[in-house]
Amino acid sequence: MPTAIEIFKYLPKKNCGKCNFPTCLAFAMQLANSKAKLADCPFVTDEAKAKLEASSAPPIRLVSIGAGDAKIEIGDETELYRHDKKFFHQTRYAIVISDNADEKEAAAKLKRAADLRFERVGQMLAMDMLGVRNDSGDKAKFAAMVARVAGESALPLVLMSDDAEAIRAAASAAKLSRPLIYAASESNWQTMASAAKELKFPLAVKHSELNGLADLVEKIRASGVEDIVLDLCPSGLQQLVERNTIVRKNAVKKTFRGLGYPIVTNACGSGQAVLMALVSTMKYGGIVLLDDLDPAHAIPLFVLRQNIYTDPQVPIQVKAGLYPINNPGEDSPVLFTTNFSLTYFTVAADIEKSRVPAWLLVVDTEGLSVMTAFSAGKMTAESVAEALRSSGALEKSRREMVIIPGMLSRMSGKLQELAGVKVVVGPRESSGIAKMLRSL
Amino acid sequence: MVEVPIPKEKWSGKIGAVKLGASPAEGGSRQTVEVGGEAGMPFLSYEGLGKRQLLAGEVIDDPSQLTELAARAFGDAVKDPAAWAKRWVDGFHADLVCLKLRSTNPEGMNASPEEAAKTVIAVLKAVSVPIIVYGCGQEEKDAKVMEAVSNACAKERVLLGQAEETAYKTISAAAMSNHHALVAFSNLDINLAKQMNILLADFGVKFDNVVMDPLMAGLGMGLEYSYSVNERIRIAALMGDRMLQAPMLCDITSSWEAREATEENAQWGEAEERGTWWEATTGLAALMSGADVLVVRSPRSMNVLREAIDDLRGGQ
Ligand code: B12
Ligand code: SF4
Repeated sequence: MPTAIEIFKYLPKKNCGKCNFPTCLAFAMQLANSKAKLADCPFVTDEAKAKLEASSAPPIRLVSIGAGDAKIEIGDETELYRHDKKFFHQTRYAIVISDNADEKEAAAKLKRAADLRFERVGQMLAMDMLGVRNDSGDKAKFAAMVARVAGESALPLVLMSDDAEAIRAAASAAKLSRPLIYAASESNWQTMASAAKELKFPLAVKHSELNGLADLVEKIRASGVEDIVLDLCPSGLQQLVERNTIVRKNAVKKTFRGLGYPIVTNACGSGQAVLMALVSTMKYGGIVLLDDLDPAHAIPLFVLRQNIYTDPQVPIQVKAGLYPINNPGEDSPVLFTTNFSLTYFTVAADIEKSRVPAWLLVVDTEGLSVMTAFSAGKMTAESVAEALRSSGALEKSRREMVIIPGMLSRMSGKLQELAGVKVVVGPRESSGIAKMLRSL
Repeated sequence: MVEVPIPKEKWSGKIGAVKLGASPAEGGSRQTVEVGGEAGMPFLSYEGLGKRQLLAGEVIDDPSQLTELAARAFGDAVKDPAAWAKRWVDGFHADLVCLKLRSTNPEGMNASPEEAAKTVIAVLKAVSVPIIVYGCGQEEKDAKVMEAVSNACAKERVLLGQAEETAYKTISAAAMSNHHALVAFSNLDINLAKQMNILLADFGVKFDNVVMDPLMAGLGMGLEYSYSVNERIRIAALMGDRMLQAPMLCDITSSWEAREATEENAQWGEAEERGTWWEATTGLAALMSGADVLVVRSPRSMNVLREAIDDLRGGQ
C-alpha cells in the first residue's frame, strides 16, 4: 500500500469534505490505513484512480484457478525467506493426462489423482489439479478428454494446448470453472489472449528467456488479460532456482514489477520431475505440472510442502485436554503427551492401533515436542500434575497411575510426589506403546 | 525490449573454505578436498557458487540400530567398517566417509579408545578419500576416543566430530595438536551456532579448521526449523558476520527414523523408494538452505543427491 503522502499527490486537493473527512490529507491518511475507500471522493480522476490502484497492487498477483472447495490460489507472496514472515500460498501439483491417452491410461491417471490423499498431523495432503494436454493436435479429441476429466473430477484444470481453437472447443464442450490456459507464447499470444479474455480464464505465458517473457507479458496485459501465470521454461534445476529467485526477488523488492505473477513449471517429460517439484516447493513455485506421481515420491513431496509452508511463528498444534481413545472407562489408564500436533497424532495413532481403551492427556506445551518442551521448561512435573488435576483425568480413570513418555523418565519421582499417583515410565518411541498397553 | 534486472545481492562476507584430507606431499595418504567458499545464496551462479557440495557416506562400527532398508545395498559389508567404507567409495562414489564410532558407547559395546583408533586406521587404509569421525555421543568417553583417534591418524587431516557448548575443550585440543579439522555442533539456533564458533575461536581453534553443524532435523520432524536456521546462518555470514562464516555440515541420516519414511502401507508406495526420497528430500532442503557437506545413509539417496547437485550447479 502506498503511503499517505503518495496517495495525497493524486487527490484533487479541494478540501471540500465530501469524503466525510475534513481535508484531502486526512482522507489520504485513512486510505493508507485501509480505513476509507477511494470511491468516497467524487472528484478523483480516472487516471489518478488507475495509478493508485497500480501502486497498491500486491507485488505478486493473486491468481485463483478452479471453483468451490477444490479452488486453488497462488501468488500474493511478500517474502523471499519464510523466516521473514511466512509463505502464504503453497505450491500446487498437477497430474497431466494426454488427449492421446487410451481408456486405461486416462482412467489410471484419474484414479491416481484421486487416490493421492494422505492425512498428516490433522491436515489433508492431496493432489491439487489435473492437466489435459492436446498432444493429438485434434481439437475435438482434446475437448472430449477435457469434458471427461471435468466430469469425473472436481479438481481445477490446466488446459494445455498451443491452439486457441482447441481451448475454445474444450470450453464449449463442458462447463469449466476457471481452468488455467497453458500457454501463450510468442507465436500464438494474440489468439490465446483473446480466448482468455473472452472466457475469463487465467492464462499462462511462456518464453525461454526472461526478457522476452517480460515483453510478452506486457503485450498480453495491454490486451486486457490480468490473471497471468508465468512459465520461465527452466532448462534444469539451476535455471529453476535462478529464474524463480530473480522473478520473486524483483517483485517483492519492487526492483522490477513487470513479472509480478505466480510461476508454473512444466516438469512433464523431464527425467528429474520429482527434483523439480521439490525445488519449486522450496523456491517460489506456484504450480508444477507432472506426468505422474508415484505415492513413494508424493508423500515426501507433500510433507516437504507442509513443512515449508508452516507458519514459522506457530507450530501446528492441537487443543490441550483429555482425549478418550478406543472408548475408555474408569479402569482405563491415563497417558500424557504434548500438544505439538506431530507428537499428538503419532501417539494417538499408536494407542488407537493397540485397540486398548485409554485416556490421552494433552498438556499445553505451546506446540513443542516432548524433549524440546522439557528442555525449554514448558513441560515440568508441576505443569503435568496441574493438567492431570484440571482435566479431571484422575476422576475419569480410577487406575491411580499415569504413563509418561520414556524420554521424561527424569521427572517420574517428582511427578509421583505432586500428583499422588503411581508413575509408569513408557517407551521412548511411541511405536512401543501398543506392546506396553497390552501388557499392563 | 524490456530488460529484467538480475537482483544480485552485494554481500560483504564470504564463506571460508576448509580443506579436508592430506596428500602424500603433506604427510598424509589421500586425496584432499575443499568445502565452502560460497559468495552468495545457494546455487545462484550470478552470486558465486563456491566449492562443490560434498556427500559423505555413513559407516557405523556398531550397526545394530541401523535401518535395514537404508543399508541394504551393503549386504554383509555393514559388519566391517573398512569394507563398508570401501563400498561407499568404490561402488557409490562417495566424496567422503563419515565413520561413527558407536561401539565406544559405555552403555553398549564399550570399545576402548585404542580399539576405536584401530577401526579408524582400518577405514583410512581402505579408502583414499578424506574421512569424518564421530564418537558415540557420551561426552566423557568421546573426549578420550577423539584424543586417541587424533593421535593415531596424526597426518591425515580428519574432520573430527563434535565440539559442543558443554564439551569442546578436549576435542579442540585433540584437533589442534595434529592439525585436524573440527565439527562445531549447535542445536537448531543461530545464536548458539555463533556462540559455539566464538568459544572455539577463543580457545585458539583457527577458523579454517571449523565446519559447523547446526543440526538438520529430518523431513516431517522439524525440517522447517532447520531450513530457516540454516538460511539465517548463511545470510548473516554473507552479510559479514565473521563468526558464522564456516562451511555447514548437515547429517541427514536421522530422516530414516521418521515413521512415514519406511512404514509398510499399501497406499504409500514401495517403502525403500519412499525412504530413499525421504532422505533425499531432507538432503535437498539442507542444500537449498546452505549445506556444504551432507552425511548420507543410503546409496540410493546419495545418487539422487549427486544428480541434484550436478544439475543445481549447472553441470559444474
Ligand atoms: C524440531 C526441534 C526443535 C524445534 C521445535 C519443534 C517443536 N515444535 O517442538 C525448535 C527449533 C523450536 C527447537 C528448540 C529447542 N530445542 Co529442539 N529439537 C528439535 C528436534 C530436531 C526434533 C523434535 C521433534 O519434532 N521430534 C518429533 C516428535 C514427534 O517427538 P516427541 O515429541 O519426542 O515424541 C516422540 C516420543 O517422545 C514419544 N512420545 C511422545 N509422547 C509420548 C507419550 C507417552 C506416554 C509415550 C510412552 C511416548 C511418547 O513418541 C513420539 C514418537 O516416537 C529434536 C532432535 C531430534 N531429532 O529429535 C531437538 C531437541 C528435542 N531439541 C533440543 C533442545 C535442547 C532445544 C532447545 C532447548 C535448544 C535451543 N536450540 O535453544 C530449544 C528450546 C525451545 C524453546 N522454545 O526455547 C534437544 C533436547 C536435548 C535433551 N535431550 O534434553 C534435542 C533432542 C536436540 C539434541 N539432540 O540436542 N527444537
Ligand atoms: S472529497 Fe475528495 S476533494 Fe473533497 S476533501 Fe475529500 S478527498 Fe479532498
